[in-house]
Amino acid sequence: MSARDAILKRLRERSDGPLSAPECDFAVVTNRGWNQQERLERFERLIGSVHGEVIHTARTAWGDALAEVLHAKGVRRLALGRDHPVAAEARKMLSAGSVDLVDADRDIEAWQREQFDSVDAGLTSTRGAIAETGSLWLWPTPDEPRLISLVPPLHIAVLDADTLEDTFFDVVERHGWADGMPTNALLISGPSKTADIEQTLAYGVHGPRELVVLVRHAQEVP
Amino acid sequence: MNSPVQPSAVQTYTPREFHRQAHDALGNPQIRANFRKAMDGLMSKRRDVFDDWDLETLRDLGANIRLRALAKLPDLLEQLEANCQANGIRVHWAETGEEACRIIGEICASHGAKSVIKGKSMVSEEMHLNAHLEAAGIEALESDLGEYLVQLNEQTPSHIIMPAIHLNTDEISEILHQKTGTERSRDVDYMTAAARAQLRERFMAADVGVSGVNFAVAETGTLCLVENEGNGRMTTTVPPVHVAVTGIEKVVEHLRDVPPLYALLTRSATGQHVTTYFNMISGPRKSGEHDGPQEVHLVLVDSGRSNIYQDDELLDTLRCIRCGACMNHCPVYTRVGGHTYGTTYPGPIGSILSPHLMGLEETKDLPTASSLCGACGEVCPVKIPIPDLLVRLRREAVGEGRGNVPGAGVKRTKKEVVAWKSFQWLATHPAAWRGGTAVAGKLKALLPSRLGPWTDYRVAPKPAGTTLHTLVKRHQASQSSEETRP
Repeated sequence: MSARDAILKRLRERSDGPLSAPECDFAVVTNRGWNQQERLERFERLIGSVHGEVIHTARTAWGDALAEVLHAKGVRRLALGRDHPVAAEARKMLSAGSVDLVDADRDIEAWQREQFDSVDAGLTSTRGAIAETGSLWLWPTPDEPRLISLVPPLHIAVLDADTLEDTFFDVVERHGWADGMPTNALLISGPSKTADIEQTLAYGVHGPRELVVLVRHAQEVP
Repeated sequence: MNSPVQPSAVQTYTPREFHRQAHDALGNPQIRANFRKAMDGLMSKRRDVFDDWDLETLRDLGANIRLRALAKLPDLLEQLEANCQANGIRVHWAETGEEACRIIGEICASHGAKSVIKGKSMVSEEMHLNAHLEAAGIEALESDLGEYLVQLNEQTPSHIIMPAIHLNTDEISEILHQKTGTERSRDVDYMTAAARAQLRERFMAADVGVSGVNFAVAETGTLCLVENEGNGRMTTTVPPVHVAVTGIEKVVEHLRDVPPLYALLTRSATGQHVTTYFNMISGPRKSGEHDGPQEVHLVLVDSGRSNIYQDDELLDTLRCIRCGACMNHCPVYTRVGGHTYGTTYPGPIGSILSPHLMGLEETKDLPTASSLCGACGEVCPVKIPIPDLLVRLRREAVGEGRGNVPGAGVKRTKKEVVAWKSFQWLATHPAAWRGGTAVAGKLKALLPSRLGPWTDYRVAPKPAGTTLHTLVKRHQASQSSEETRP
């Protein structure tokens, strides 16, 4: 008998007999009832508490905000996609500037060393975010692959304020995640960190040292 | 720094030597200080992070999700397998740890792998994967910072979430200095950056990445990994092959089961409202995608779990989501540290799990490494009745249980059986009891005043000259004679 069959047989022929499954009430992880203002405040407070920087910008002026971040952080080489509107707009807005744009939409085998050693930042879109935990929701794509939010020392994520939701459970349920998961789904809540040296917090242990979230608002930001 | 602290001596620990190891650990002020500081911090952080939650309701939900998954375990494992395969993940089954090691070794061999980079996986520790791979000429390098430090120091993890919690900053500085040539420093950012630079080269060079799994979702064939560092994402994304290894109990039925368990896990483990990364993998790199492994394997390991599954009471052990809250809150663990247990899983969860994995012959002392204060059961996010299970295993060890645990009865001694049988007889025969206690009262001067270590700090008990029964009788007699007086 194969290991598989032997294990399943032992589980099926349980000596104390079949088990009954209890009901699960998920009310405790949903129905927060926050308004948009509360969601935004909570998101910013929580991601800020783990060193995520939040910058608010109007939908129409986000290119300026991005340029400011790149300048402030001394970014010279930025990896980004091409097709996603965030990447396409960023390319257009930065084309005249001094920042080198590095194509992220190519096989990693062709540029792994370059990505690890000489890219200053990765720019990605986000699908949404979670107010309860201050988390970004990313589904990497061929256009914006998995590693550009991980390998460069700075990750810049663009989030539209109206895609913010209350809880992780709400996101999974409302967007029907179970109906079709991508190769890789990610929640990102701050830059990479560790407390493995005597519980002292240190950022940037393996992934980005810094995470900047550009929150785009439909209206002018006051 | 004039006299660098030497990292704690490397030694081998075994559960057989629990008492000696506990004695040594209690006499080691460094170990005691390191654990006391860490556990105090973790307890207060956990308390704060659950502040605005209906914690009992959330724990009920967590427990019910795990119980539902266990109730349907064989079906869910088949569903997980089918959905993983549909996603392109190759699924392997292993009855024992050795078999799992062999499977992973074969996957490595088929790719001509020379180096393996590892994300944190307690199951791989449990089955001694690194030693197996090294014997096959494959270098296995841990990439979680704590695991990396412990591996550099030729030790094993002392905590399931914080592997290097037994080491302080000076000790870690010395390890990095001696093994990797960094400067001695108390600067945590410097040491972290040094490890980052060292490990990044290794991620790029690794042929295979091996990780654990926190939750395996049957409904979608998804492997969920919880982490802060990003080494888990590196391990599962950078090398061309990813092998995930997990115990068969880690499966959950639905994707919607994941958010509550994740909420419980991070808060219970380290008092964080969320970890930096929640990494959900549902397949290898698809055509058109530009990164991620070309192959993903899932190795499902039984290694004693299907035996635990047979027994209604012991089954609760399998609910565990490996948060470590039970050890953080355990007064015994905090004082003796993780290595003292001599097992992969230390602390209360280790004491109820290890006997099944290693047998009671090896681990008979572990269920007694508890004052049964109940803290572990109170904080368990999935409400495992750990104290009850500790008592059950104590009974199994002396042959008074159901005999469902390997090595049951190993602690049974004739002397103890006779002593308890005699006591049972005395306690159920009032005349003999009264006679015995009366005699003991008369002969109290002859009873020993020293009773082994127990009397090192206490006075030996002496039976009263007059028994309570006699006193009560006298009292009642005097009352009734007062009442009858005219």
